Amino acid sequence: MIPSYAYQDIAYLIGSVSFVVGLKMMGQPDSARKGNLVAAFGMAVAVFAALFLNAQGFHIINNFPYIVAAIFLATVIGTMMAKKVQMTAMPEMVSLFNGMGGLSAALIAVIEFHHKTAEASGMSADGMITEFSMPVGVYLAIVSGLIIGTISFAGSVIAWGKLNGKIGDYRMPQQQIINAVVLAAIIALAVAHYGAINSGDFSMSYFYGIIGLAVVYGLIFVFPIGGADMPVVISLLNSFTGVAAATGGFLYHNKVMLMGGVLVGSAGTILTVVMCKAMNRSLLNVLIGMAGGGSGGSSSNSSGGSVREVQATDVAIMMKYASKVIIVPGYGLAVAQAQHVCHELENLLEEEGVDVKYAIHPVAGRMPGHMNVLLAESNVAYDKLVEMEHINSEFATTDVVLVVGANDVVNPAAKTDPDSPIYGMPILEVDQAKQIVVLKRSMKAGYAGVDNDLFYNPKCGMLFGDAKASITKLVNEVKAL
Amino acid sequence: MSDNPFAVIGQIIDFFEYQSIISLIYLVILMIFVGVELISHVPSVLHTPLMSGANAIHGVVLIGAIIVMGYIEPADYLSLALGTLAVFVGTLNVIGGFVVTDRMLEMFKKKPKGGAQ
Repeated sequence: MIPSYAYQDIAYLIGSVSFVVGLKMMGQPDSARKGNLVAAFGMAVAVFAALFLNAQGFHIINNFPYIVAAIFLATVIGTMMAKKVQMTAMPEMVSLFNGMGGLSAALIAVIEFHHKTAEASGMSADGMITEFSMPVGVYLAIVSGLIIGTISFAGSVIAWGKLNGKIGDYRMPQQQIINAVVLAAIIALAVAHYGAINSGDFSMSYFYGIIGLAVVYGLIFVFPIGGADMPVVISLLNSFTGVAAATGGFLYHNKVMLMGGVLVGSAGTILTVVMCKAMNRSLLNVLIGMAGGGSGGSSSNSSGGSVREVQATDVAIMMKYASKVIIVPGYGLAVAQAQHVCHELENLLEEEGVDVKYAIHPVAGRMPGHMNVLLAESNVAYDKLVEMEHINSEFATTDVVLVVGANDVVNPAAKTDPDSPIYGMPILEVDQAKQIVVLKRSMKAGYAGVDNDLFYNPKCGMLFGDAKASITKLVNEVKAL
Repeated sequence: MSDNPFAVIGQIIDFFEYQSIISLIYLVILMIFVGVELISHVPSVLHTPLMSGANAIHGVVLIGAIIVMGYIEPADYLSLALGTLAVFVGTLNVIGGFVVTDRMLEMFKKKPKGGAQ
């Protein structure tokens, strides 16, 4: 028989293992969805254990009604928010939920600190203890949970606002120095705070100071970062929240919190690095906010030529009689919600015997994999979505490339112009194809703020307009032919 | 060792505390490797759902919120309010994270003409 004191540990063990197995399964397209459910199951077991089990066996936790009410309410609201959000708005939703996790970690630290000091000051008032010392490990766990959680919360909310378009980029001069000073001030305050506690000074002013500075740090950390780099920042803040959860694991010697938190902390960091690599930027570069629109703005429009505008009819004819068409989706497709009509066009061309594929740049859209999710939503077959490394060799044998609202990821300057801010970023080499058609709303530059020589290429035609409207026109034209 | 029996007990507790911390540190280091290993071989198409899934998993901070609620005095209204808020936002993180991830992954179907629409 399993002794009853082990119930809780066993439940936490099941939770921890489920997280690892779930995350592993999420790494493969076939098992990804099941993996998410496995992790969710593990979470449910762990929450059950926290509510109904303790080191003695079954025991309903104190303040149970409050807890259950909060869980119930958040379940209803969270489900509604997650179900209602548009696919295009997924990144900001993830960011918002991430911020909630950070807030939770910070609140735990606040309560925990209040609890520890109230106990100690109560005891010293009663004359039970003459001197109080908080172990440095306990203080470190509380205060780092507070700082990291707060930074993650403040940063995530800003990231959410930026992706929403509610908050613009804002950069201060000497940004790096200010960031470093604020961070140093937080650490200095924490050291002073620890000293004050151990000399019996339980005033909360240091504590509030730390919270305030952490909020400031979270804000100025995310403010200067360009919109195109947001995915990297969200991924980084995601791993921050993981670390904040892990500090709770240390505080309570709770292994499921520790394992889950560290797992996300390390996986999130690697994911961040992988994303940076896909954009050929260093993480430092992203964080300092050296993204587009900066120094190298006055990029060369060397060819000096003019763009050639084309009509939907011509494009429709070109595609219908092509043997191979590659579609390059970008953020424009997401904004215009053109994924369904794009799939319709693909079906139509396939019926005509045209080989249609999608070329997916790792950072097309606002998040890696963003395009895959969108196109999968409109039932585009998974094997039609080809990643950059595999499709680049195919452009030379392609008749028509249809660029739908993508810009920087097809900019040849990344290969040819060492002065360009995006120089070195791997791109989709669409200029190898026989014909290129770019669907775009205007001649406005992409996120990196640089001009695109591709548009002046004689092989390239521009079809101006909203992506959805343009593709709908193309569908009708192909049908009419 | 010592003539005070309580000191011995204290040492034993310290010893277990120490053992416990050490095992936690082992866990941290091993989990870092596991996390790196899990993510390194993932196709970039799954990065967004994976980030979202990881986002849901760090919602495990909810466990901490529940634990801290467990020893708040019923008369300590400020702590109760903050703790309830912590449970609330922690649950939002968990539920929202898993549901959003599920919605993303629902779309990665093997057969393009799967019926659910």
